[in-house]
Amino acid sequence: MPKALDAIAALKGKWVGVTDRASLDEAAVNVPASNLVEVLKHLRDEHGFDMLVDIAGVDWSLAATPRFTVVYHLLSTTSHEYVRVATNCADDAAPEVPSASGLWHGANWHEREAFDMFGIRFSGHPDLRRILMWDGYPHFPLRKDFPLSGVDTDLPDKEVVAETKTNAIAAPMAGGPFVASPGEINLTDAEPTAKDESWNERRPKPGA
Amino acid sequence: MVSANSELTYDSKIEGDVIVTRADAVINWIRSNSMWPMPMGLACCAIELMAVAASRFDIARFGAEVMRFSPKQSDCMIVSGTVTYKMSSAVRRIYDQMAEPKWVIAMGACASTGGMYRSYAVLQGVDRILPVDVYVSGCPPRPEALLDALVKLQEKVKRERSFSKLNTA
Repeated sequence: MPKALDAIAALKGKWVGVTDRASLDEAAVNVPASNLVEVLKHLRDEHGFDMLVDIAGVDWSLAATPRFTVVYHLLSTTSHEYVRVATNCADDAAPEVPSASGLWHGANWHEREAFDMFGIRFSGHPDLRRILMWDGYPHFPLRKDFPLSGVDTDLPDKEVVAETKTNAIAAPMAGGPFVASPGEINLTDAEPTAKDESWNERRPKPGA
Repeated sequence: MVSANSELTYDSKIEGDVIVTRADAVINWIRSNSMWPMPMGLACCAIELMAVAASRFDIARFGAEVMRFSPKQSDCMIVSGTVTYKMSSAVRRIYDQMAEPKWVIAMGACASTGGMYRSYAVLQGVDRILPVDVYVSGCPPRPEALLDALVKLQEKVKRERSFSKLNTA
């Protein structure tokens, strides 16, 4: 029996809320947020999943409930197996899960990124600030209700804004994605072109 | 590049120890041949910028090998790479700290227009916050393209009034 499945069976015996999670590749489990830290600690200390590879956030949709999920990818450096631990955030408006930064120092920045992009709060995190966008940025860019092109926002430095009179602008794809379709043009001669060339920065998108 | 400059031609048999020329010609000649860059390396273009400074392409041939990481000692900011909004205020502040006269080269697609990053996080062209003198196309540009941009900037400097920028400071 692979070690990951062995570990999951042990988890299910120990915590009632732990359930199997559908997965096409690595072994995966759903864990309630209330048990998350102890489950991760158990996997690390008892089953050898000693490396936290990644923490990912998921926004399923505005209509979905639970809307947000946090996924932890653990690796055993001895048996070379992965296990995936997923936790649903109970509150769709103010998603929150406990922080794993007490178990792995590497969780610190992963959780800051998930907070920055999705607005998922990690309770007990020592320094939960934005990591990619600037402090004070009012949006969470990877949420489903955030448009792909971005939204107009003031830049962080007021002096620079006053001097340059510029701000963060919405940047639509201007007819993109830019692709080179085989057969239409000679791919060695031509640049990729926009699928829909009827609109760009100066001409607004028809019907928008 | 020390080009033949007819305005500086000097014949000792005629003029003795006196050289007559225009102040603009001398000052711009000096400025254009000692253009100290401020390497604003932000992404992969900075790798090409390093190649330009190294022996194969050798920007020293054009008098611009003195990469100064202090804005106070540099004349020409080479914005090489993707300028994020978060970085943009730092780029502008460094530009403000450079002493006049100063010039800007936008190197590559990202610095010129935002490039492939049509995104909430990337400044759509560094000319939104800085007065750019020369744009370089490419993703990233070849080192020769940056050398060409430097030559073009030198030609531009030689054409301008040498004190015009000082008055606006």
